[in-house]
Amino acid sequence: MAEELKVIVFTLAHEEYGIEVDKVRTIERMVPITRVPKTPAFIKGVINLRGVVIPVIDLRGRFGLPESETTENSRIIIVAVNDLEVGFIVDSANDVIDIMSDTIDVPPEVVGGIKAKYLSGVAKIGEDRLLILLNLSEVLSRSEIIQLEQAGE
Amino acid sequence: MEMNQYLSIFIDEANDHLQSLNENMLRLEQEPEDISIVQVIFRSAHTLKGMSATMGFEDLASLTHEMENVLDLVRNNQLKMNEVIFDALFKCLDSLEGMVQDVVGGGDGKADVSDLVEQLKAIVRGDVGGSSGKSSASSPPNDAPLVATEMLLDQYQLSILEQSVDNGLRVFHIEVIVREDCVLKAVRAYMVFEVLERNGEVIKSHPSVQDIEQDKFERSFSVYYISHIDKDQLKKSISGVSEIEEVKIMAVDRSSLAELDQSKQRENEATVQAIQSAREIAAAAAAAPQAAAQPASQAASAETAKKAPAAPAKAAGAAAAGGRTIRVDIERLDKLMNLFSELLIDRVRLEQLASEVRRNDLTETVEHMARVSSDLQNIVLKLRMVPVESVFNRFPRMVRDLAKSLDKKVDLVITGAETELDRTVIDEIGDPLVHLIRNSVDHGVESIADRAAAGKPETGTVQLRAFHSGNHVFIEIEDDGKGINRDKVLDTAVKRGVVTPEAGKKLTDEEVYMLLFAPGFSTADKISDISGRGVGLDVVKSKIESLGGQVTVTSAFGHGSTFSIQLPLTLSIISAMLVKLGSEKYAFPLSSIVETAAIRREQIRELHGNRVIEFRKSIIPVVSLAELLECPDYRDDEEAETEMLVVRKGDKLAAVLVEDFISQSEIVLKTLGKYLTNIPFVSGATILGDGQVALIVDPNSLIK
Repeated sequence: MAEELKVIVFTLAHEEYGIEVDKVRTIERMVPITRVPKTPAFIKGVINLRGVVIPVIDLRGRFGLPESETTENSRIIIVAVNDLEVGFIVDSANDVIDIMSDTIDVPPEVVGGIKAKYLSGVAKIGEDRLLILLNLSEVLSRSEIIQLEQAGE
Repeated sequence: MEMNQYLSIFIDEANDHLQSLNENMLRLEQEPEDISIVQVIFRSAHTLKGMSATMGFEDLASLTHEMENVLDLVRNNQLKMNEVIFDALFKCLDSLEGMVQDVVGGGDGKADVSDLVEQLKAIVRGDVGGSSGKSSASSPPNDAPLVATEMLLDQYQLSILEQSVDNGLRVFHIEVIVREDCVLKAVRAYMVFEVLERNGEVIKSHPSVQDIEQDKFERSFSVYYISHIDKDQLKKSISGVSEIEEVKIMAVDRSSLAELDQSKQRENEATVQAIQSAREIAAAAAAAPQAAAQPASQAASAETAKKAPAAPAKAAGAAAAGGRTIRVDIERLDKLMNLFSELLIDRVRLEQLASEVRRNDLTETVEHMARVSSDLQNIVLKLRMVPVESVFNRFPRMVRDLAKSLDKKVDLVITGAETELDRTVIDEIGDPLVHLIRNSVDHGVESIADRAAAGKPETGTVQLRAFHSGNHVFIEIEDDGKGINRDKVLDTAVKRGVVTPEAGKKLTDEEVYMLLFAPGFSTADKISDISGRGVGLDVVKSKIESLGGQVTVTSAFGHGSTFSIQLPLTLSIISAMLVKLGSEKYAFPLSSIVETAAIRREQIRELHGNRVIEFRKSIIPVVSLAELLECPDYRDDEEAETEMLVVRKGDKLAAVLVEDFISQSEIVLKTLGKYLTNIPFVSGATILGDGQVALIVDPNSLIK
């Protein structure tokens, strides 16, 4: 039987992505970010989220997409996965939708330059709307960060 | 019945009971005559049994049940504690602890306790034959003057002594030995009696007073004596008489009186073996304090505790536990701390705004809020403070077991257990302390033979002290052992390549001792299973430093060593210096800053490719913080004059160049979260008054 899945929809470089709503803590407007030295470029720094210091990742940078200026619409989505709390900078976040699990396909090998392992599936909504579902634990995988750190040195 | 909701309560309480059992067993081992301790132990075991049975932990319940049976005999004076019983009961405690740990880990708390149960049953049956023979053999042969037949009391004298004990008077057995070259023995004895009569009443003496007066005694005589002064005073006044070689004073209490009574009838009656062996043990135990010449045997105090004001420190601690307390989940306190730090941040922001707006009523309100919040800050911080007792109380048992396995005699003296430290520090400090105490018992305190040869008492003393001093808590571990052999340490250090022979010659004693903390260093001649686990003191040092603390060593060769640990009161709030680098702000812990100053460009010199500066007649390296942290909008090499912070790591200094000092302030420590770990040069973050995050620089990482 098909299950219903609630996802937060956000955009990155004109494409639509989804994160399951139960992994999202809050969605924040852009706030001043403190740079943390000696970290990979996609780690923008840390922010103060109501007294808690939270690292912020530029999701464009993380996926190897071209960087862009932050705008009025830019948001920081705070996600919590496996006791990691991290903020994602996205171009905009504006929707919560329900999708049926049977509309989710396995991701194609390469989608817009993003490595397939970051994706858990592609959902088809309506006629021609495609929603890319993120595999958060891969996006946040520490081993890869360590690799990136070593490559940077 | 669904029991899960009660499980955490059960675990908490079971741990409390086990702790109390362990503590009281150790106390009882020191004062085997004290029935009141047995009562406490019995009650704890009984409660534990009830709890376990209710929760369905059958093995826990059955083991505690057997322990209860043994303790019941003891508290009803039908059985005397001896080494065999102590060992068996301690083993039971270990086993109980294992079972409770199993429950904590989600297990069913089952364990094979049949051996222990059988052992306890044998004790109850009085069937401790072989082992009791062994323990009585190990007791000093007839070093027990209490039962020396010539000192037996008649019923009248006995009842006088009993009544005196019941009335809270002190009863002593005193043996006085005069010097061999003493010319007028009878005169000395007379003088001693005079001293005694001044402070109390002699009930019986051996030889009789007449015999003593007529010089009809060898070198010693002994008395039963009732007095209102304490043992130490008594000893002092008797020793005041000249030509006295030794005064042995032993406190007598009800149970040892009961022993006297029994020993009198012994010839006539065939006593049950269990009781008989128990009697021997008790006599030996009663003699033990005398042999060890303990300063204040409190054996008598148990019966008189209600009246005697001089209660031992331990008992006071037990009484203090009666205060009204509430258990709080540490997570809730952490949340409170987080919320509170937000408040602090808002306060700083408000203060800034008020100073800009310059309205009197606003300024006053903000000032009032500042006062209230600093009071609040104190309370919130205090909520997280826990007495070090919770760490210290596992050490008496550890030292007992250690001393036993090393065949040494060691007394652990704990002072300042009520000293409070932040919970986060308490959680971390246990392991380093275990290491240092093991080190003291294993390497510090000598073997019994060595101690005797060095003219020290057989029993070594390890002192564990905690106390507040300023904004710090000190924990010291002091032993009266052999001390640190400076030359040997230096030799080993040179051999291991820790220092060069030339550099070694210049080191002070303290610097040599600190070599013990160098990585991979161990002075043990042979690796023992106690401390030679391949883990050196370097681990201890790095752990303590990670807590923002310091460790130092002092030692006098032949007389013992002291390890002193200095710890910050809390890890949540520190004093820091905020500095500016272009648009960025960073915090430096004040504790590692030696000095701040301004320097001109030309003062910085090149030395072998490294930038250095002369500071107080020594050359120290210069570190450009902007360069190190890859600051985007500030470079210090364009400045003609820069601000500098001199920071310290151990005895090494470095000058850190910054653009400007902002202010000194109390900051709330925050971690960077689990996603960002091991960031170079950064130890954490804090939130400033304007809500911005500032990183805290780890000064230790700036100095190589």
